[in-house]
Amino acid sequence: MISRIVLTTGLLLVLIGLWGMLTHRNILRIIIGFSLMGTGTHIVIVAIGYVTNGTAPIIDHALSLSEAASRAVDPIPSALAVTAIVIGMAVTAVMLAYAIRLYESKKTLSIDAFTESKW
Amino acid sequence: MIRRLSIVIAVVSFGLVFASLVIGYAERQSPRPLAESYIRLVPQELGAANVVTGILLTYRAFDTLGEVAVLFMVAAGVGLVLGGERPSRGVPSDVRPDGARPSSEIVQTGTQILVPLISIFAAYIIMNGHLTAGGGFQGGAVIASGVLLMLLAHPQYQPDLEFLGITESAAGALFVLAGIAGLIVADGFLDNRILPLGQFGAFFSAGAIPVLSVLLGIKVGCELSVVLERFRA
Repeated sequence: MISRIVLTTGLLLVLIGLWGMLTHRNILRIIIGFSLMGTGTHIVIVAIGYVTNGTAPIIDHALSLSEAASRAVDPIPSALAVTAIVIGMAVTAVMLAYAIRLYESKKTLSIDAFTESKW
Repeated sequence: MIRRLSIVIAVVSFGLVFASLVIGYAERQSPRPLAESYIRLVPQELGAANVVTGILLTYRAFDTLGEVAVLFMVAAGVGLVLGGERPSRGVPSDVRPDGARPSSEIVQTGTQILVPLISIFAAYIIMNGHLTAGGGFQGGAVIASGVLLMLLAHPQYQPDLEFLGITESAAGALFVLAGIAGLIVADGFLDNRILPLGQFGAFFSAGAIPVLSVLLGIKVGCELSVVLERFRA
């Protein structure tokens, strides 16, 4: 149940990000839409790793070694989410650097001003 | 009008696909076989209490190495795009008086108190990655947040880019060397059993995982700090 709510939230965030990217003309807003999409994807990845009544896959006094295999959530999506967050941050940094460069060349952030690569 | 319509069609059709995903989704009652074997093997073979860190730093450590390479490329790429001689952007220099206005007393004192705390917290996160939630990436990001606070509070503050570059390269080289040591001493590239596993759950345990965590944290912290510095006007 809980993972279905989280999954829905993540997919809604992806939709909001997509809508933002398609409707806005300001490059910074497009980048924000892209980040929202990425965040939604991370939430979806974590949600599909949930196991009913599962807990974090960390062995300590709250989760003994013997019951870990039945009570822990899937650790692989969590590991993938860490990877995805770092890569998403890297992509955002490169996009922002290009946004700064584009602003310097045209003194505007509106994507309508950049017609050279339009087809 | 046509553009708006096509946007609505695109978003709605994506929404339909997602809705069918949500409807068809069934929560798992037990872990997948691969997850189950990871949960069983990480504490037994690697001696790490945190299964996610065990996966990130041993079973899939090669992925992590590639990811760090991506971060390095981003630091280099942002430097390439933003570096060089550029006209000053933002507020024209005649509007802004010579040298930015120094930040207020409250911000400066707050920074003096917070930056050491942030550094200690980052060290804690990095060093306990094999025991509880945490690890190199997370701690490195916390280090970078401390650098960001310094950059915001002291606009004149200039991080030593050469020092950051050398530290980062040394950490990366040591990470690869630890991996090669795994090839020679243990079972494969980046195997953590080059060091004794120690007692399960102790601070010095899980073989080379804490060492790899520290190297990763230093490398990520330096790279993110360089990226932040490049974005400064």
